[in-house]
Amino acid sequence: MTTQVIPKPGKPWEVSVKERSKTGSLIVLAAILAGALVKLPDLLDEAVVKFPDFLPWDVVKLPNIVEALTGIDGKLGFAISFFLIATGLTFFRVLRTSDIRAAKDTLLSSFALLGIVLTLIPIVSIVTTVFIKGYKGIHPGLFFNDMALNSVNDPIKEGGLLHALLGTTLMVFGALLISFPIGVLTALYLTEIRGKLARPIKFLVQAMSGVPSIVAGLFILSSLVYPVTKELSGIMGSFALTILMIPTIARTAEEMLRLIPNDLREAGVALGATQWRTISGVVLPAAKSGLVTAIILGVARIIGETAPLLLVTGGGDALNANPTSGPMGSLPYYIWKAFLTGGTEEAFARAWGGMLVLLVFIFILFGLARFLSGRKVG
Amino acid sequence: MTLLENKSAEIPAPREITTKPRISDQIFRGVVTLGGMASLVILGLIALFLSIKGFHILSEEKFSFITESRWEVITDENGNLAESNLGIGAMLVGTFLVSLIAILVGVPIAVLSALYLTFYARGFVKKFLISLIDLMAAFPSLLFGFWGFFVFMESAEYWAKLLNKYFSFLPFFDVPAPIFERSPFIAGLVLAIMIIPIVTSISREIFDQTPLDRVQAAYALGASRLTMIRAVVIPYGRGGVVGGAMLGLGRAMGETVAVYTVLNVVYQINWQTLFGAGGNVASLILLKFGEAGPYEVDALMAAGLILFILTLIVNAMADLLINRFGGKGR
Repeated sequence: MTTQVIPKPGKPWEVSVKERSKTGSLIVLAAILAGALVKLPDLLDEAVVKFPDFLPWDVVKLPNIVEALTGIDGKLGFAISFFLIATGLTFFRVLRTSDIRAAKDTLLSSFALLGIVLTLIPIVSIVTTVFIKGYKGIHPGLFFNDMALNSVNDPIKEGGLLHALLGTTLMVFGALLISFPIGVLTALYLTEIRGKLARPIKFLVQAMSGVPSIVAGLFILSSLVYPVTKELSGIMGSFALTILMIPTIARTAEEMLRLIPNDLREAGVALGATQWRTISGVVLPAAKSGLVTAIILGVARIIGETAPLLLVTGGGDALNANPTSGPMGSLPYYIWKAFLTGGTEEAFARAWGGMLVLLVFIFILFGLARFLSGRKVG
Repeated sequence: MTLLENKSAEIPAPREITTKPRISDQIFRGVVTLGGMASLVILGLIALFLSIKGFHILSEEKFSFITESRWEVITDENGNLAESNLGIGAMLVGTFLVSLIAILVGVPIAVLSALYLTFYARGFVKKFLISLIDLMAAFPSLLFGFWGFFVFMESAEYWAKLLNKYFSFLPFFDVPAPIFERSPFIAGLVLAIMIIPIVTSISREIFDQTPLDRVQAAYALGASRLTMIRAVVIPYGRGGVVGGAMLGLGRAMGETVAVYTVLNVVYQINWQTLFGAGGNVASLILLKFGEAGPYEVDALMAAGLILFILTLIVNAMADLLINRFGGKGR
């Protein structure tokens, strides 16, 4: 019996290596051309053009002409000419091998690529800036000291952000205690009860997520601080953050509850459970990791909120573990103060260090949320 | 016979069939409905309390509170109010100017990157880019503000100078004095960077919902990717993308910290985008709050109320567009 050799199935839709290398060389060519265009005035440093007699000009330096014609130099000039040249080259290559419709199609892909690159440049720049400038402001003492006896302009080794960490933790925890139940109840109303008001409430939650953070601060000032407590304190910060946190938690929890298969609810009801027993015994436990994700995203939303805290917490520099009285520090306030009242090298290093700590917190929270929501429901 | 009769006598009345939930469920439904009302209550309370504090300012200053652009409070020696001229006209103009720039710059970039993410990116790259952009949406505005001030300002200032050099015949690119730092243009660009992730993820979700049969029908008729997107995706997702842009507009209008750090808040109406003076309502509140007397605080509350109403309107329109017209086309 002869064994038949089955040929490996090909993938004709995949871009071949040859095609890839052609595209690659095209891009390199575009980069070289763009570089040449930008550097041209420098290269032609002393070159001189002599015009024929009948023209009004006599002798003009060539670099000046090139610069007048292209008007580009520097990084921006390179970026723009690189994009235009690369787009043009791909366009004409496809036009030669294929037709005008395919060539037009490449224009869109070039612009889409441009869009994503323009989106990514700031994020890369922000993250690298914070890490490069921030690591100087990080030292072990940071996590054990507060700023009660130090000014922001003192050497980095003195003082720390313990008070800010404690304040932020307490305030975020306080906000979480209020907004988690409300957010989950809202989500339950939208997914489980689905009453007549579901549509308006969905709209209101959406509208609430658009409330400017400073308005949340003003609201707490006008409703609680001036009429009731007459004192700025940490718990007021918690209340202000709650307003910003509820919509995030409600919307994430709603999405997560919608992911729970209806079979589970039907199984609960078929076993004779009431709606309350079904939801508390089946739906919510099944959505546990989703609800934790909602908490994490809510915390990530408010951990860097600055404007309301500037209005209502009083912004302390000393360790204060009592949220109900006295000014309370927070991480954003610490950064804000170091940037705005300082001005020395130390103050900036301190501020960027605080920013790095904040960013690391956001990274961790976000990674956790991704990890949890990536797992299977249930 | 007798057996049957006996039995029939013993059959109990059938249980009443009802849809009325039990007591426990009634309580549960009541509690959940109450919790669901929280957003309504909170929004109502915000409007109520800001009105209580700010209404007398609005009724005293009348329309000039919106149109005038002065912020003067003169008190006599006892600290009592002698004269006041309060108006947020300049700041309203600044708010619209800065957020308009943010929209004009941010939305095209966001839509293009959403197109890239939906139709070009594949596999791991797609997943990675989506989580990166979602992460960027979670960055605090403080970070954008100080990055904009310390890193971005230099490049943006250079761009502003270029624009001014070549396009100064356009009135909004002209400047009265060559001060290009901390201008509405730069603040608008920073806000554009802030709203790009939000608009991108909303547009991406809308594009993702494009019915596959229509996409494949377009391909089957011989459409290229460009013509398919033009004929199917754009008509289908237009409303949703506009809604996403409105959501970004709402975000940009209410932004406080990033604008306060990047923009040179000056109390004058400034249409010249490249000139380093401007402001927005939120940054005015932050700027004036520290030194404000009780009367001024009330005026700031009134300004906050106006900002709140404006963002509420913009968000309502965004919501309407996304839910009514998002994902509905020809």
